Amino acid sequence: MSQPRILLDPTGERAPAARGRAPRLASLAGSRIGLLDISKARGDVFLQRVEERLVAEGAEVLRFRKPTFTRVAPVDLRQEIASRCDAVIEALAD
Amino acid sequence: MSEGDEGLLAFVKRDCPTCTLVAPVLGELERAGIPLTVYSQDDATFPEAVSTRVDDRELEASWRRGIETVPTLIRVRGGEEEARAVGWVREEWEKLSGVSPLGAELPGWKPGCGSRSVEPGVAEALEARFGDRLSSRRVELGSDEDPIEAVFARGWSDGLPVVPPTPERVVRMLGGTSREPGEILGEAPPDLAPVTVEKVAINAVLAGCLPEYLPVVLAAVEAALVDSFCMHGLLATTWFSGPLVLVNGPVAERIGMNSGINALGQGNRANATIGRALQLVIRNVGGGRPGGVDRATLGNPGKYTFCFAEDEAGSPWEPLAEERGVEPGRSAVTLFAAGGVQGVLDQLSRTPESLAATFAACLRTVTHPKFPIATDALLVVSPEHARVFREGGWSRERLREELLARLMLEGRDFVRGAGGIAEGMPEGLASATLPKFRPGGLLIAHAGGRAGMFSAIIGGWPASGEMGSAPVTVEVRE
Repeated sequence: MSQPRILLDPTGERAPAARGRAPRLASLAGSRIGLLDISKARGDVFLQRVEERLVAEGAEVLRFRKPTFTRVAPVDLRQEIASRCDAVIEALAD
Repeated sequence: MSEGDEGLLAFVKRDCPTCTLVAPVLGELERAGIPLTVYSQDDATFPEAVSTRVDDRELEASWRRGIETVPTLIRVRGGEEEARAVGWVREEWEKLSGVSPLGAELPGWKPGCGSRSVEPGVAEALEARFGDRLSSRRVELGSDEDPIEAVFARGWSDGLPVVPPTPERVVRMLGGTSREPGEILGEAPPDLAPVTVEKVAINAVLAGCLPEYLPVVLAAVEAALVDSFCMHGLLATTWFSGPLVLVNGPVAERIGMNSGINALGQGNRANATIGRALQLVIRNVGGGRPGGVDRATLGNPGKYTFCFAEDEAGSPWEPLAEERGVEPGRSAVTLFAAGGVQGVLDQLSRTPESLAATFAACLRTVTHPKFPIATDALLVVSPEHARVFREGGWSRERLREELLARLMLEGRDFVRGAGGIAEGMPEGLASATLPKFRPGGLLIAHAGGRAGMFSAIIGGWPASGEMGSAPVTVEVRE
């Protein structure tokens, strides 16, 4: 059987059907920002510059690295980022 | 010719021997100059004898015309159906077409075959696709999205997997009631969003209900929306409570509910999913979620689902719903603001007086032994305990009176500081004598397995009656 592609909304329809974005940070100052290097060439160079700018804004920066850009991040890594960071910036491509 | 014009419409399929038999007759009609459109359900080239064939393999025309049997011949005038003949009946076909003789070499009569549009599962799919009874927003999933995970991601689940509410499943669910999908039952707290029969059906699909459970779910939702049940407060409270659904009447047996072994526990689809559907309506339609308006300090596992049927056949008493004013033989749900289950053990009492004393001693502790009037309770008497009252000749009313008589609390015992316990009533009540339960605050039901001299006390919410929630009984409408 093919997977159902349309579902009927069970809610009171008070919120948009599309999932909302996560709440934005009120300020960078004092926030803990994760930088995720996906292991693509020179992503680290780009993120180094991003880190300098964030630190200058008063943010604390934590660096993370995926083992390979060809696969989704391991669960442990995702959970570590989610539990330690207020926001994450991912360097997607070279 | 297109639909809406004058003439004849025929619905056929090649797979039907009667249709292949009458195929030459359709050719005769066309040659006679009758405006004719033939809708073919399974083969666009059938019947070869006519030129005005419409490919109805998608079955839309068959569904819109309500075709149940092929062949069906319909005469339309100004787009409106005037008459129809089902199967092959020469006289009727001649009358409808005005052509006579017709199919002279055929037998006078031959029954047709089932229309593809009413095959199992197909009718629901067609209504979901072409019908306009459903008005809920359609949420399209991403091409790689797993439907069950998608439901979790959208926050529609209580934490356990749910059945994805596809339009087909919702149409099938709505088949369980004769009520219109757009009928509004009330407003669901806390958002006070309108609750329609359709929204209840969608949440019943999520919960895993069968369509025949839907009338019970609808009654439970109606009861929850009655003002005196105080669903908003019950949801918002820091206390443990959530709505318990007690089902009485013939519907319980018809849909296979459990009132026996493990009646308050897991394992029965109707018990499990009816209670769950009610909770999901509050969660999804009302927007009531833990951490949001639901502020329960600890909650209780019954907030996933808490629903069972009374064992009426084995009971020494009339059904609980009947005691609450429902006519004998009718089905009803009674909602109760249930906290948790407290077991009562008494394996030695053989007289109603002794067993009532045990019940009273345990009922005294509901919420706190020093709290008079505050909290309702539902006492679920098991068969082995009920036997003691049957043999002693105690009616339910007698049992309640005897319990209440044993549950008069003395002020000196329940004021603040009494017994070395700071909690209690104000000092000014030191000379008062107050009942443990308010009038109408002690319900008694019969359920459980045949073995075990154990009964259950299900404590309510320490905001009962006009102060909070009162039990509500609503009849089940089929």
